[in-house]
Amino acid sequence: METRILSHLRALEAESIHIFREVVAEFSNPVMLYSVGKDSSVMLRLAQKAFHPAKIPFPVLHIDTSYKFEEMYEFRDNLAKELGLNLIVHKNQAALDAGANPFDLGTQKCCAQLKTRALLDALEAGGYDAAFGGARRDEEKSRAKERIYSFRDKFGQWDPKNQRPELWNVYNCKIEKGETIRVFPLSNWTELDIWRYIEVENIPIVPLYLAKERPMLVRGSSIIPLEHNYPVKEGEKPEMVKVRMRSLGCTYCTGAMRSDAETLPQLMDELVQFKRSERENRIIDHDTEGSMEIKKREGYF
Amino acid sequence: MSVESQLLRFTTAGSVDDGKSTLIGRLLYEAKGVYEDQLASVQNSSVNRSTGPIDFSLLTDGLRAEREQGITIDVAYRYAATPRRKFIIADTPGHEQYTRNMATGASTADLAIVLIDARKGVLVQSRRHAFITSLLGIRYVAVAVNKMDLVDFREDVFRKIETEFMAYAQSVGLKNVAFFPISALEGDNITEPSARTPWYTGPSLLEHLENVDLVEARNFTDLRFPVQYVNRPTLDFRGYTGQLASGILRPGQTVMTLPSGRITKVKSLPSFDGDLSEAFPPMSVTVCLEDEVDISRGDMLVDPDRVPHVSRRFAAKLVWMHETPGEAERDYLLKHTSQTVRAQISKIRHRIDINTLAEQPANKLELNEIASIQVETRRPLFFDSYGQNRTTGSFILIDPVSNATVAAGMIEESTAESLEPLKLGSLEFSGETEATVTPAERYKRAGHYPATVWLTARQDLAGMLERKLFDLGCYVHVLADDRESHLLPELARVLNSAGLIAICSIASPDPAEAQRAQELAGDTRFLLVDPQKLPVHDEEASEVLMKMLEDRGVLRRKERFEVGEGI
Repeated sequence: METRILSHLRALEAESIHIFREVVAEFSNPVMLYSVGKDSSVMLRLAQKAFHPAKIPFPVLHIDTSYKFEEMYEFRDNLAKELGLNLIVHKNQAALDAGANPFDLGTQKCCAQLKTRALLDALEAGGYDAAFGGARRDEEKSRAKERIYSFRDKFGQWDPKNQRPELWNVYNCKIEKGETIRVFPLSNWTELDIWRYIEVENIPIVPLYLAKERPMLVRGSSIIPLEHNYPVKEGEKPEMVKVRMRSLGCTYCTGAMRSDAETLPQLMDELVQFKRSERENRIIDHDTEGSMEIKKREGYF
Repeated sequence: MSVESQLLRFTTAGSVDDGKSTLIGRLLYEAKGVYEDQLASVQNSSVNRSTGPIDFSLLTDGLRAEREQGITIDVAYRYAATPRRKFIIADTPGHEQYTRNMATGASTADLAIVLIDARKGVLVQSRRHAFITSLLGIRYVAVAVNKMDLVDFREDVFRKIETEFMAYAQSVGLKNVAFFPISALEGDNITEPSARTPWYTGPSLLEHLENVDLVEARNFTDLRFPVQYVNRPTLDFRGYTGQLASGILRPGQTVMTLPSGRITKVKSLPSFDGDLSEAFPPMSVTVCLEDEVDISRGDMLVDPDRVPHVSRRFAAKLVWMHETPGEAERDYLLKHTSQTVRAQISKIRHRIDINTLAEQPANKLELNEIASIQVETRRPLFFDSYGQNRTTGSFILIDPVSNATVAAGMIEESTAESLEPLKLGSLEFSGETEATVTPAERYKRAGHYPATVWLTARQDLAGMLERKLFDLGCYVHVLADDRESHLLPELARVLNSAGLIAICSIASPDPAEAQRAQELAGDTRFLLVDPQKLPVHDEEASEVLMKMLEDRGVLRRKERFEVGEGI
């Protein structure tokens, strides 16, 4: 008899599709948070599969700090057109008009205004009762205990001490007006699963993930992309370095890494060999130990 | 890790000092689930509790509050992979008050690692872990006898634990139990055989995790497809989406829809990657059917020859998960597959002491208590026992006021068939007759399901139908309403519970009686025929009725009777 067993990637895919459908069936106004990154790209593909032959039946929300890479904006707009997405772009315009930027505010305050605040405002403005996010439990320790349906009170806050137990694949969607559920369909995927799936499924990604000669500012062990008028210190000069981005955030907070991985297989080889967890190059997580948990309690995704 | 590697979900149960976090940390480290910078951050940690070698436990204790208290207090999920398998590890605390978390972690697991401290032997808590493992239906148990280095790797210590635990495991119905003498701290028998246990010839723990059989555990025979969402992008496309709980789906296959009982065929299995020729669990698929049938979320596609139980009443084991106690006759929301219904605990039969397994009377259920209960739902559910099907046998209870998930339920083997309580004159049949013969067994012998056919003003037709069914090999009986007509619904139900098809021949219509009969027989097993719509000739009319019974799945297809397959 032929063996009927799914590969681990197809098993993860089936689980995620089940989550997407469950949310669309049970919530009245779901939205998907779209960061333009690789995890978002995988989420889009899973959503396409869940509702094929229909189009993705919910809007896609991009919280734009306006400090993203130019290539990300291009990629986003092209993809939205191609897939016929209902793309909503939201910025904390008031903060931006008041001159919010990471160089003067520091990463924590900048993130609080341009990401966390902007996200909470956008969710409230849209009246969304459920929001899909691409977070994975393997990313960071505080995320290991996150539920797939993560309850947020009416201030958008997460209480790690008071989470609903989650058994089997039976999810509790009950909330009161003003409360929301953040849903994480990629909870059980690892970084390597994401890359393998992108390869197997031939999913388009922002080219910044692959290595290329790019003009960078090298400062100690940090390699910093030069966009958005990055304040260069006296004596510093950009140089061409062959780099790739391990994860894509704002240009200032995304450290690049030296790499020769020009293709996906090369990239995965590097990952297996280097074994550095991907958020490490994001400056934001290293401000204080456990800083991600603090941000999440405040409403960060 | 290759693209074709398989997924194994396992859970770990152990107490605070059994070295569970150290074992998981070690497995993650060996199976490359830990990143260098995470390791570095552990080495820098402000609360590094131990001195000396790397404290692997700090890799897994997640949240700040826990790090300060030094104990794990919630289920945390970890990931590791070898070239053969990807592992999802539900790391659950073994502390007494956290039965809730252990049950949560166990609910999705294929395998449980139970940790036992070699110095302490089988403790009350080890039994507790074995019991919850069995309660949540985990197929494989790996007992890791840890800290063997502290008992000089003595075989007699290991064997004693093995014997003692095995006796207990059998008493709670656990099969497939394997034992491993390990030292999580020093790495013995974790990835490869240890030179310090020459008397142990089995595989290392990781080898075992890579090799347990994942196919054998799957059910490919009983089709259960809970409809999650109806996809209707255009007027001419109607796809029923869901995740296959068990059984196989193929184009052309005959399926029954519940609760309507209609029989139809699978037209196609469209997907983003083209039409599928077959789907098996746990695939998430879209099903298009041959006929226009009215199906919505919460309905289920099943194999007409192997239907689930359809009832508003059933027995279950419950794990109470909330500070607010659970009480009988309070309203809850019950979510079962893709269906959410109002429900009550109609009766708490007893509470189970998880340390001694003693059954105790109880009026209410406190946090972390386990009980045997009766449930009554507003609408019928389609279910199997949890032992047979983890998806169609499980449910959660939600408090309709606080919206909290308050309990997890496992539907029990249907030895106690839960039926409507019956009153027949002075005789009273309770709803909980302990049946030694199950409906499934009756079906197997009879070759058909019980049903009630409600016929008005067609006495001759009733007789003809009885003859036809009898000639086909069915157990059937006509009940006429010449006397005591108000008892017909109850009498029909008694015949049904004996596995018979009851034909009720009524002189004049009585909608209230018909409704009562329908309630007692259950929607799918009740056939009410509008006399206006039946052909006037009895011969033709009986053919129509036979066809209807086939469509409901009461009878197997006629052709199958003729070849005598499987009867």
